[in-house]
Amino acid sequence: MREELIISGRMNPMIDPQLNIWHWHIPLYLFLGGLAAGILFFAALYTIRGEEKLYPAAVKKAPFITPFILVIGLLALLLDLNNKPYFWQLYTTLRLESPMSWGAWTLMVVTPISFIWCALNIREIFPSFDWRYGWLKWLEAFFTRYKVAMSWVLLIFSVILGIYTGILFSAFNARPLWNTSILGPLFLASGLSTGAAYIMLVSRSHTERAAFSKIDIVIIGIELFLIVHMFMGFLASTQVQIEAAGLFLGGPYTAVFWVFVVFLGMILPALLEVLELRKYRVPVLIPSLLVLGGGLVFRFVIAYAGQASRWLY
Amino acid sequence: MKSRREFIKTSALGLGGFALAGGAGMALRTAFNQGTPGSAGLTPDLTRTPTYCEVCFWKCAGWVYKDSDGKLWKITGNSNDPLCNGRLCPRGTGGTGMYYDQDRLKKPLMRTVENGRQTYREASWEEALDFIAARLKEITAEHGPECAALFTHGSGGDYFSTLMQAMGSTSVAAPSYAQCRGAREVAFIATYGQGVDSPEITDIRDTRCLVLIGSHLGENMHNSQVQEMSDALAKGATIITVDPRFSVVAGKSRYWLPIKPATDLALLLAWINVLIEEDLYDKEYVERHTYGFEQLRAHVKDMTPEWAYGITTIEPNTIRRTAREMAAAAPATLVHPGRFVVWYGDDTQRSRAVAILNALLGSWGRRGGFYMPDRMQVPSYPRPPFPEPARTWREAFPDRFPLADLALASGICEASIPDTSRECNFKAWIVNGCNLLMTLPNRKQTIEALQSLELVVVVDTMPAEITGWADVVLPECTYLERYDFLRNSPGRHPTIALRAPATEPLYDTRPAYWMAKEIAVRMGLGEYFAWESIEELLDWQLKQLGTSLEEMMHTGVKNYPRNFDDLYFDEVRDIGFFTNTGKIELWSTSMSAAGFDPIPVYTAHEEPPRGYYRLNFGRAPVHTFARTINNPNLADLMDENDLWVNPVVAKMWGLNTGDYIRLRNQDGIESTFSIRVRVTERIRWDSVYMVHGFGHKDPRLSRAYGRGACDTELISRVHTDPVMGGTGMRGNFVTFILDAAGKEAQS
Amino acid sequence: MRYAMVIDTDKCVGCSDCVVACQTENKVPVGYARDWVVEVTKGTYPHLQMELRSERCNQCENAPCVRCCPTGSSHYSAGGIVLVKPRRCIGCGACITSCPYDARFPHPKGYVDKCTFCDHRIKEGNKPACVEVCPTRCMYFGNIDDPASEVSRLLRQRRYKTLIPEAGTKPHLYFLT
Ligand SMILES: Nc1nc2c(c(=O)[nH]1)N[C@H]1C(S)=C(S)[C@@H](COP(=O)(O)OP(=O)(O)OC[C@H]3O[C@@H](n4cnc5c(=O)[nH]c(N)nc54)[C@H](O)[C@@H]3O)O[C@H]1N2
Ligand SMILES: Nc1nc2c(c(=O)[nH]1)N[C@H]1C(S)=C(S)[C@@H](COP(=O)(O)OP(=O)(O)OC[C@H]3O[C@@H](n4cnc5c(=O)[nH]c(N)nc54)[C@H](O)[C@@H]3O)O[C@H]1N2
Ligand code: SF4
Ligand code: SF4
Ligand code: SF4
Ligand code: SF4
Ligand code: SF4
Ligand SMILES: [Mo]
Repeated sequence: MREELIISGRMNPMIDPQLNIWHWHIPLYLFLGGLAAGILFFAALYTIRGEEKLYPAAVKKAPFITPFILVIGLLALLLDLNNKPYFWQLYTTLRLESPMSWGAWTLMVVTPISFIWCALNIREIFPSFDWRYGWLKWLEAFFTRYKVAMSWVLLIFSVILGIYTGILFSAFNARPLWNTSILGPLFLASGLSTGAAYIMLVSRSHTERAAFSKIDIVIIGIELFLIVHMFMGFLASTQVQIEAAGLFLGGPYTAVFWVFVVFLGMILPALLEVLELRKYRVPVLIPSLLVLGGGLVFRFVIAYAGQASRWLY
Repeated sequence: MKSRREFIKTSALGLGGFALAGGAGMALRTAFNQGTPGSAGLTPDLTRTPTYCEVCFWKCAGWVYKDSDGKLWKITGNSNDPLCNGRLCPRGTGGTGMYYDQDRLKKPLMRTVENGRQTYREASWEEALDFIAARLKEITAEHGPECAALFTHGSGGDYFSTLMQAMGSTSVAAPSYAQCRGAREVAFIATYGQGVDSPEITDIRDTRCLVLIGSHLGENMHNSQVQEMSDALAKGATIITVDPRFSVVAGKSRYWLPIKPATDLALLLAWINVLIEEDLYDKEYVERHTYGFEQLRAHVKDMTPEWAYGITTIEPNTIRRTAREMAAAAPATLVHPGRFVVWYGDDTQRSRAVAILNALLGSWGRRGGFYMPDRMQVPSYPRPPFPEPARTWREAFPDRFPLADLALASGICEASIPDTSRECNFKAWIVNGCNLLMTLPNRKQTIEALQSLELVVVVDTMPAEITGWADVVLPECTYLERYDFLRNSPGRHPTIALRAPATEPLYDTRPAYWMAKEIAVRMGLGEYFAWESIEELLDWQLKQLGTSLEEMMHTGVKNYPRNFDDLYFDEVRDIGFFTNTGKIELWSTSMSAAGFDPIPVYTAHEEPPRGYYRLNFGRAPVHTFARTINNPNLADLMDENDLWVNPVVAKMWGLNTGDYIRLRNQDGIESTFSIRVRVTERIRWDSVYMVHGFGHKDPRLSRAYGRGACDTELISRVHTDPVMGGTGMRGNFVTFILDAAGKEAQS
Repeated sequence: MRYAMVIDTDKCVGCSDCVVACQTENKVPVGYARDWVVEVTKGTYPHLQMELRSERCNQCENAPCVRCCPTGSSHYSAGGIVLVKPRRCIGCGACITSCPYDARFPHPKGYVDKCTFCDHRIKEGNKPACVEVCPTRCMYFGNIDDPASEVSRLLRQRRYKTLIPEAGTKPHLYFLT
């Protein structure tokens, strides 16, 4: 028998007996960030490609939610801070080595753009709406003129945001479960998938929905591939990472992960989308909500399981 | 008090008087412990006061620091003190917790009856002291002064002992005798004419081979011993540890002998056998200094390692090899006499075997063995002679324990239960700084005694269990808030230390010297406490020791050279020992005269019945007995004890680490609270282990109440040492009660 | 200059004095600890081995906690000591999560706290509180850039290990074994 224990009674709150420093805030923040990134990515992409007419929901309708979810995400992040009055210190410096720092700055870029994006489209959605002041109208005209340029910025930053949601975890070598470079692409993929699902949800156009179904199926395929890869990586790695993978392979997170994330959040919706493409009648609500729910649970599972995996003791 | 005395759990003063809620208590501690770390505020203009530690009885000298707000901050060791060398042990370092403990006793309490229920009310010092003096006078007038007894452990003992003797009673008992090291002292006095004393005169620093028999140094944190052991280890000394449990020091030892419990005497005799049979003993020393060697040789003739193997389960080879190691390092070999030695009732005999083994190795009076101590003669303040007592504590138990040289706490307890066969039953107790309910085995007897008494006065700093049985509770201020008599410990050279108050006493608490004097004055015995103030007394003493109170406030400790150069034996001169023969008695004349085996004989002890496990217990480095469990600093590190269970046993019972279970002993006594299981290879399959001192029953101890299990309540069977009355506590067996789902403490 | 701590596991008895001393010296709130003691037992009774280690922040040379701190609150200070500036710390927990040794904790006042190598004491020429108190004298503190220092000498003469070297943090707590 090997017995290893802390005998001096270290019981630092939120650290012992298990790391529990990040609660619901961070996974929610990451989910919302990933979703917003997914939506804005497609909005920017189709704007650049000049396909606004083809994909009205993706370019105009869906992005309306992004300022709200980004603000909610930021609020969640703020709530998670232990020293809230010092929040502003985040924006006194840019630390490229700290995902938390460049994530915060990325949000600082993406969030205003998401507001502008909505503002540019608001009159199309609510035709009776009008800007009250002249300078607002001027601004609207200004941004409309540079819409494509702005889309490029948005495209790049939404990808950064999407990857960031994964890197935030994978930068932490200290948690064996997060110690894999696959988390970045995986979370980006998951963000795009949830973004696509949301666009399908709000889209009224059959062709647009079909197009996003196809996109989603491909992304889910990529996700599954990455997940298999991730586990193969873990199992071929150090003992602590094998143990970390064990959390999902027989350990406490096995059921939620494989049932809610992989089956209900990826395989089932992908199957339903295939069926729909094959002209079976599937209410769009179901696969979309499954993907969104799967994406949310995925972040929670990774956040909590990651904190449960450690090097010592 | 006419009605039978009851244990008062909570005071009628209720929540107002005592901070019962843990939450409220926490706030106070946290408020203190929340400076900004690393900020400049931490190194203020330091004011430091000398003290010596009272968290255990090693009495390390230290400095009490206050922070810039004038609040007590930390205690560090005095680097001139040979007992600590500038380093306190974890308990001493955490001593500020005693001061900050919000559960402390705050005002004198007196037992009263309210609505037919016994309870406490707060009283003024005047009232409490008047009452005690009057009652003591009445009781001693009626039954004679010998019927008053003092139980004490710690500094206050001096003052109350003076009070007792002034009254005419010599019944002053410390649980550190019959419940601790008494058997060892008697055995060494029988052998060498001199005890091992406290601090022990063991020359661990220079030893080349240290043999520890159930002495768990490192968990037992008697400071300089642990330090010296570490030094010896660094210098390459061999450590041989005999312990059925894989103790911390077993893990540091070259040889760990995982002995079957209760069989140590067989191992000791086999070692003696090997030393003699293989001619490894110190012939010259034995010839010059000892008496009875031939009888010893004949006695151990058949006690071979093979014989001991069958008893102890220690392989003959190991016994031989370790005996040779001891001989090779001799005389710098120290077979440590241990300290808590009241195990199985034949403890004087086992300690005698240890003493004999040391004699064969020639380690007594030799470097790396035992040194000859020296200490100061501190003049006592002039007082009239004490009256001659008509009877002493001995008459309480005629013809028993003939070699006991100090009063027995357990004996006085027994003799307080009315019994017509006795001339004197004790009628009044003063209990100072010992928690008899946690300290004396056979709790039933202790309670019966407490219920029979006419007066119980308890002097304590905390609402310990014993205070629940008092008629009057006198709250003492902690050692950080008072002067006390000079510390005058024996050692390699004489040394004295001063304790001065670092701060005013919190609440309405007073020092014990003041209480004793006030009671004496009220009884017309004031002349025994003729000093005006303790400062005056201390200064008067210190001036005669070539220093002053003023100087000692700056140095804390003063070391003196030895009077003679006799730390170790002189190779030329003959040594006279204070025994009947003037020699080291391998064959003891005093034991023989008292009707005991003059050379130890091994007798087997009972083994646990099926389904039961021997209850083993010991110390945790961060706690002292039952007294620190509520200390906020130390409770922070360990707030409950674990029950160590061998994996094989755990599997049999389906136990896992972290389960809470209760225990039942061989007499059907069940533990009041549940204890957390720790499944570990460090304990044998025939025993379970727990740290002593937990499982407090007084709810006024907000951190300690109901936490862990209490070994004392499970020690109902006592194997009394016929030689000196020691209460053997290790012959109790427990089994598991698995129905305890959670922790009752919470409910 | 590069400060380091060398801890002799052969001498440590696991008494936790280092923990109590740190708590009082640094006024660590009750319920929290900057250092702690680990006991490792291997084997089957009676063939057992035990190691005792007093642990704390490793003052890593390549400290993930400094890297991931978004505000620069966690930083390297003189002698390579990693410190937290309470007034810059937002309490995001990134550094706590990033430390493979779980050496940091959220202080109830909001900022993150950890072992400082008692920088306030070493500035005055004293040893850290835990080193100074240890009854077995099993802890050593000093400058490992100075070949004449006690710590350098010990690392030359004795076998040692660091904790989780594979995490790449370049820790500066050395355990003599
Ligand atoms: N079951 C069991 N029983 C044992 C032992 C064991 O291991 N197991 N060990 C035995 C040994 S070795 C010994 S030496 C004895 C020790 O026995 P005790 O000395 O009785 O030990 P404690 O139970 O700690 O009781 C000490 C009391 O002193 C109080 N006190 C602390 N400081 C002060 C002070 O400054 N002034 C006053 N007036 N009171 C103070 C504490 O609050 C506490 O109530 O116990 C023996 N009994
Ligand atoms: N931290 C701390 N240190 C203390 C104290 C304290 O309260 N706290 N109290 C001080 C006092 S007053 C005393 S008396 C000492 C007591 O300290 P010691 O004299 O060292 O203690 P014991 O309680 O006899 O020893 C306990 C050890 O004996 C082992 N043991 C049990 N049964 C047997 C047996 O049959 N044979 C052998 N060989 N070993 C056995 C146990 O496994 C355990 O490791 O500690 C002193 N030091
Ligand atoms: S050994 Fe520890 S508790 Fe005992 S007097 Fe010394 S410092 Fe105090
Ligand atoms: S104070 Fe020293 S001996 Fe005690 S646990 Fe800490 S490092 Fe080990
Ligand atoms: S041990 Fe942890 S907190 Fe300390 S420097 Fe290394 S990573 Fe940072
Ligand atoms: S909690 Fe404070 S020190 Fe840690 S990473 Fe965040 S801002 Fe930096
Ligand atoms: S160096 Fe100072 S801060 Fe660090 S653990 Fe030791 S005492 Fe605590
Ligand atoms: Mo004792």
